[in-house]
Amino acid sequence: MSTKDLTAVRRGVGIRPKTSARSAINITKKVVTGFLYAIGIIFLLLVFLVPVYWMVLTAVESANQVVQNPPLFWVSAPQWDNFVKAFESIDFWHYTKNSLIVTFSVMILQFITVIPAAYAFARYRFKGKKILFSITLLTMMLPAQLTFLPVYLMFARLKLINNIMTLILPFGASGFGIFMLRQSFMQIPEEILEAARLDKASEFTIIRRIMLPMALPTIAMLALFTFITTWNDYYWPLVMTTTDEVQTLPVGITGLQNIEVGITQHYVMAGNILMILPVVIVFLIAQKQIIKAFTYTGEK
Amino acid sequence: MSSIILQNIDKAYGKNAPVIENLNLEIKDKSFTVLLGPSGCGKSTILRMIAGLEAQTSGTILFDDEDMTNVPPENRDIAFVFQNYALYPTMTVRGNIEFGLKNRKIPKAEIAARVEEVCSLLDISEYLNRKPQNLSGGQRQRVALARAMVKKPDIFLMDEPLSNLDAKLRNQIRTDLIALHKRLNTTFVYVTHDQVEAMSMATDIVLLNKGKVMQMSSPAEMYKQPRNVFSAKFIGTPAMNVISSGKSNISVPQGCAYVGFRPENVMLEKKNNDDFCISCDVASTEMLGAETVIKALSGDEIIFMRAFTSACRPEGRQNFYVERANLCYFNEQEERIYE
Repeated sequence: MSTKDLTAVRRGVGIRPKTSARSAINITKKVVTGFLYAIGIIFLLLVFLVPVYWMVLTAVESANQVVQNPPLFWVSAPQWDNFVKAFESIDFWHYTKNSLIVTFSVMILQFITVIPAAYAFARYRFKGKKILFSITLLTMMLPAQLTFLPVYLMFARLKLINNIMTLILPFGASGFGIFMLRQSFMQIPEEILEAARLDKASEFTIIRRIMLPMALPTIAMLALFTFITTWNDYYWPLVMTTTDEVQTLPVGITGLQNIEVGITQHYVMAGNILMILPVVIVFLIAQKQIIKAFTYTGEK
Repeated sequence: MSSIILQNIDKAYGKNAPVIENLNLEIKDKSFTVLLGPSGCGKSTILRMIAGLEAQTSGTILFDDEDMTNVPPENRDIAFVFQNYALYPTMTVRGNIEFGLKNRKIPKAEIAARVEEVCSLLDISEYLNRKPQNLSGGQRQRVALARAMVKKPDIFLMDEPLSNLDAKLRNQIRTDLIALHKRLNTTFVYVTHDQVEAMSMATDIVLLNKGKVMQMSSPAEMYKQPRNVFSAKFIGTPAMNVISSGKSNISVPQGCAYVGFRPENVMLEKKNNDDFCISCDVASTEMLGAETVIKALSGDEIIFMRAFTSACRPEGRQNFYVERANLCYFNEQEERIYE
């Protein structure tokens, strides 16, 4: 800005008092809307953060504090020992290992199935495409509680109950993943693929060098979703497994209820915190990519 | 070294009415041929059929004498420059330019040499490691051209490559393209709806309307000798004045329904006794620097006049004169007829 401009701006400031009544109204308006926004945001934060706070609080309370009435909202002397006790009372490493095997197997399997399926749905014309895609979407609507019985019976016949495979195989494909990745593939302009074809790129090269890198934010988001849902899943492992040997962390942690006679909530909560720690870390790492996945369309 | 011959080409999408019907066209070897026409006239479709990106419904496309019908686009020895450049966003400029050569398994040393050659020619060497989204429109355009050139194709196909650029840059790249065509000495086929681009760059213009060739000739001939009312009205800024011949003061050839004349041939003074004359009311005068454009109304017909002086400022009712030699006559079907 030149000095001339600056003088003009200063003069502009000098003129302002004439419109002060209006700007005062504007400022009040701004303050009120800002205030309402803040209340809304605080309310949302409370809804999401209070349960988490409650978990953390309980995890560092003593047994007496846990059952105290009225409940405590702050602990002055946190019992960090609860974490040690929770970690040592069950075979934490063993459950973590199972959880890792299951989670990463599911993720890898999903990539193997989801990427080609999404590519085919996005880029090819074939008979029955619409029906197949509808069926794929339909799988997103069915809760696990609906399908567990037939799947259980099927696995029972295959003698796979209480086998780690029962925790992996049913999740080897993902309707949600296919849907999301298809959308992402479809957004890639046709010209870019034509240019690649003219550049003599094979179908495989096109997927590997152009489609996947362009869909990377979506893939990262899918990986994270799969990681979180598989890692945290409680219901399916509870139904499909019966012994420690193949159980995953969420099921293992319920064992903390029985390590002592009486009050054990604080140990369970400490165990829960240990369990969600990796998820939080992964989220922090992938955060940027996730946000990008939802805003990618804005980029040219 | 390739001429392109299109024989009896039909093109229809699905069961809709055909967009192109029985098209016959020969694009000369080493020419800079511009396919010109309003939007929706099928010019891009023709280009995409030449590239093989779209199949013709029937008919044959020949490169020299070779039938290309069943040759996939990647084997046609062409390069295609897209309207929105279609650069690979996840690759660097170098990656974009090399991609086609790598897929063709060309030795590394040769790839490097070729990339360097085109980059210095197009002056983009300093951006080689940038991603396309960090380049300006003009730079992206150059990268797209480099990606096409590096393949050393026989035929360059360009689909409105300048339409996303601002006016100044467009002029500059237009000049560059003319120089490039001279230098590479290959066949260029260029699609545009902008008659100025066509006139300035082409050695041959193919003027299209509704999937049909209206006229194919050199730019100069296209301007001087329009073969129909469509050509006359498409080329030129402002376009040729075409008015119904009923208003004529002179005898016109038999069957003549319309008389046409270029705005720059309009005079305010009579030169010869048999000059064409029309009286009209001046509506507006635009001084554009070197020239002045005068818009006048004769009944419900609009007539433009171009004068190459800023002193020309007619007002009110005026007689416009045109020499007979500068008139074009068209029949009821809007086809040109000659005296």
